[in-house]
Amino acid sequence: MKISLPVENHQPLVALQGFLKSLLDNQIVDVILTPMRTPGGAVTPALVSDPALLEHADPLAPVLSVNAATWAGKVSLRKPHPRLAAVLRSCEARALVELTKMAQASLEDLLVVAIDCAGTYTPATYLNKQANSNAPLWVDLYASIRQQSEFTNADLRPACQICEQPVYENAPIRILLLESDLEQAIWIEIQDELGERLGWQGSAANGHSPAIEAYIASRKQARDQAFTEIRARLEGDEGITGVFAACIRCHNCMTVCPICYCKTCVFKSHVFDHDPMKYLEWARQKGAQRMPPDTMLFHLTRQNHMALSCVGCGMCTDACPSELPVGLVFRAVAERLQQTFEYLPGRNVEEPLPLVTFKADEWTEVGE
Amino acid sequence: MTETTEFEPKIIAFLCNWCTYTGADLAGTSRLQYPPNVRIIRLMCSGAVDPMYVLKADLAGADGILIGGCHPGDCHYQEGNYKARRRVIALKEILKSAGFDEDRVWLRWISASEGARFAETVREMTEAMRAKGPNPMKAMWAV
Repeated sequence: MKISLPVENHQPLVALQGFLKSLLDNQIVDVILTPMRTPGGAVTPALVSDPALLEHADPLAPVLSVNAATWAGKVSLRKPHPRLAAVLRSCEARALVELTKMAQASLEDLLVVAIDCAGTYTPATYLNKQANSNAPLWVDLYASIRQQSEFTNADLRPACQICEQPVYENAPIRILLLESDLEQAIWIEIQDELGERLGWQGSAANGHSPAIEAYIASRKQARDQAFTEIRARLEGDEGITGVFAACIRCHNCMTVCPICYCKTCVFKSHVFDHDPMKYLEWARQKGAQRMPPDTMLFHLTRQNHMALSCVGCGMCTDACPSELPVGLVFRAVAERLQQTFEYLPGRNVEEPLPLVTFKADEWTEVGE
Repeated sequence: MTETTEFEPKIIAFLCNWCTYTGADLAGTSRLQYPPNVRIIRLMCSGAVDPMYVLKADLAGADGILIGGCHPGDCHYQEGNYKARRRVIALKEILKSAGFDEDRVWLRWISASEGARFAETVREMTEAMRAKGPNPMKAMWAV
């Protein structure tokens, strides 16, 4: 059902906090994973059990410090686990679906509360901008999309500037922030049974508003342009080795990636503890050997291992100390891979991961 | 005596224990002649070839990489070769996106009884890689 959450005194955040509180008060869940504002102003995900503390919940703050799917996974995976509600943006919700397929999260007893996303800043940009703004930063972001006045914002995280999936529709609860006049009321799509338990009476849900369609179209255009530019670099003289030339192989991109979950990642293993003479061998083979070695192997292997599940959250780009366009390269590659296997990460939890399944009668010309 | 400077491609072959490696063995015991350009690494299954192994060889400058497995339906582990097929398709897509030559990577189904097919595949691949010339990665120290 679709319900209208009343907003009083032009304070949608308070209304949202109240809605989240109702999930705890009605014992729908034991605990809520939601972005919370710290006393210093920074916003970070936190697991909240005390309804009173939800006055610090701030799902509207346009900032993404981590992809919280990782943490929703850790709280849901092994039994016994709490009944959890996780307030997630689209990229986080889609990552959670992929993690579930990889047996790193469980959707059993996990209630995804998906919030429509107007784009996010890095934590540093967010703090800086918020310090210089009288109104909360989300006010302008949501209003400009709703009024279709401005869709581009060069201060947003690069991944958000090309994100064509700001809305996640498969959640039991979806907060329709992009369709609501946040000053008046917030539309929420909620599973009928859940809505009834919370005491709501709603109407049947309907489709996207024109504003969202225009917003998505604008993002798609930006995405395609970014793909064209990075592909020209990858396929041109610079090549992928040029694009990643400044990589220091710190593994930050891997560490923050919600999809890269392996605890025994080969790149952290003794496989890469080489004997001194091995380095000499390499230096002699090519006349010189870049240090650290194996940077290209690292990125291309990671593409092989996880690009099919890449949801484009862009945490990797934010984490790169050399400011390399890691996420954009991944997305550009992932788009083609995902097309080849007709796979969209996060679309459906029932859909098997492409590399763990097969059909006997596909690509039959290969290998002959 | 003249010194030959002709380029000899080097091919790294990842062969499954049950079919292609045994096929290579058969080529040998049958005294079939094939070019000495191939270096064979035996694995239990083509499905055990992590794309990383192929990438490592490619980035180190191998001119060709051959993955050999059982024919579809014949896998000793039922489905390893079907999964290998998907991995190779993904790998080639990634190589192409990275601006690399994905045709340096070949996947071939060669059974334990196909010694002649193994010898022929090595001949064919050696000539194809010779025609391509050396893998440019040989000169790229910054990878």
